Amino acid sequence: MAIDKIWVVAEATEAGPTTITLELLTAARGLASTVEAVAWGTTTAANAAVLGEYGASTVHDIGDIGDALPGAPVASAIAAAIASGAGPTAILVPTSYDGRDIAGRLSARADLPVLTNITGLVGGDELTTQHPIFGGAQIVNARFTGQAPGIFVVRAKSFAAESAGGAPAAVSPLAVGDLGATNAAAVVTRHIEERTGPKLDEAPVVVSGGRGLGEAANYSLIEELAKLLNGAAGASRAIVDAGWVPYSHQVGQTGKTVKPTVYLACGISGATQHMVGMKGSKNIIAINKDQDAPIFGVADLGIVGDVHKVVPALIEALKAR
Amino acid sequence: MASSAYIELMNVVVCVKQIPDPAAPQSLEPGTNTLDRSGKLILDDSDAYGVEMALQLAEQAGGGEVTLVSMAPNDETSGLRTALAMGAASAILISDPALKGADALTTAKVLAAAIKRTNADLIIAATESSDGYTGTTPVQVAELLGLPSITFAKSVSVDGSSVKVERQTESGYDDVTSPLPAVVTVTAGVVEPRYPSFKGIMAAKSKPVEILTAADLGVTTGQTGQEITSVVEAEARAAGEIVVDEGDGAQRIVSFLEALKLV
Repeated sequence: MAIDKIWVVAEATEAGPTTITLELLTAARGLASTVEAVAWGTTTAANAAVLGEYGASTVHDIGDIGDALPGAPVASAIAAAIASGAGPTAILVPTSYDGRDIAGRLSARADLPVLTNITGLVGGDELTTQHPIFGGAQIVNARFTGQAPGIFVVRAKSFAAESAGGAPAAVSPLAVGDLGATNAAAVVTRHIEERTGPKLDEAPVVVSGGRGLGEAANYSLIEELAKLLNGAAGASRAIVDAGWVPYSHQVGQTGKTVKPTVYLACGISGATQHMVGMKGSKNIIAINKDQDAPIFGVADLGIVGDVHKVVPALIEALKAR
Repeated sequence: MASSAYIELMNVVVCVKQIPDPAAPQSLEPGTNTLDRSGKLILDDSDAYGVEMALQLAEQAGGGEVTLVSMAPNDETSGLRTALAMGAASAILISDPALKGADALTTAKVLAAAIKRTNADLIIAATESSDGYTGTTPVQVAELLGLPSITFAKSVSVDGSSVKVERQTESGYDDVTSPLPAVVTVTAGVVEPRYPSFKGIMAAKSKPVEILTAADLGVTTGQTGQEITSVVEAEARAAGEIVVDEGDGAQRIVSFLEALKLV
């Protein structure tokens, strides 16, 4: 079946649609003649201009979901549209906390397969997908064979966001289906962890720290080095899970995907789930005391040494300039 | 499934995956292009956190049982024995050649059908497995069971008939609550898993493991959404310069950054 209509699950923050939403709209334009967005919250009308600019002719607005998590209501609304025959031929979903909830619930509710960790989409009579495996060492190419609409969960930075110069999207309401107990979880308080400096996924330089730093207090070296390089400070999952730094610093499978000009990995061994988040960096510098660490397999410059010596020396050298 | 009355005994189901040792080289099976699972399987490290969380919640509630649910080929139980040795009471294992290469939705149908046979107040899973990284299965289970879910928990507590979770977000975390029963996925930061004691390891050998097929659970197999057409090597990065720091490491990095005009 040819792909004629794609829906993009459009996430937004207070600053507008997320970057990955614009990336998915851009990708969808190359795959289907009709691209539409599905959005929720109170900012959809305000975001219709940007969504339209990137290619959405219509934004299906689920409306305010209050203190609910998006997974159940958004999935139910899309499933109801599919059941009524008003659905698309394919659905693109961001790989994000809420995106994965929406995709999983939609799959179960509509009894449709969900394909995840997609980094490439090729159109034609049927969609083919690319999925990196084994930390990105190999790429699986697959043909979608399921019943339409397929649910495609795409990783950030798989496509560049490019404006299509489109007119504002028409806003059309989309009704939530019967939720039963599935929508019973409620957000009580939101905690925003403030960051300073450039955004992690947009900075030209990212300096990340891992377990090799030894203890939480040493992360200040990473922040200082990042600041000197006008970059952003990142972290491996290991030290985020250990509570050394906030989740918003995490680079990898479950964190941010980064593709900076330079990625500087300090005391990071290079676990599979970290590599998929930074392997696309233009240049990679690694400092690690273990010369067999997997991170050296992707490094353009690898320093086999003690981060507690190399990083302070690097900071001094940069300050002296 | 338990009803949502006030819970005195805390029965927790933990979905666990038994995977090839991530430290060993991994490969795809020629022909099927599915992950080679023919070797020894171990408890996914990501699941040790969920098992520990479940044990602590049951202990805090003053009683209740932790039941494991797992799907694996070849009646594999070695990973389950690890979790039983930590303190889980019993396990349900779904092992069926018909499930080879099962997609996330089929896996979720199998797990959900098995969970229905239990009296679960809370269902815990990892946010994603360490081999497949699909990350949708627990939420699919929740939807199939008609339950609420809270993913990416970095903290979990149970108060009467509700669960309170600190849920990781793009910009920080949210405090989220849900009535029970519910599905919660946990990150590796949620608790520090215990090591099985010798006594636990010995006790695990005689704990009950019920082995079922997909047909026993009434789940139809064979549905997948994709056909793998090829597997190719990713574009390799050019080999880098790896040097041992002789006190000149920092200067080498400065030179590298200078060449890129970043300093």
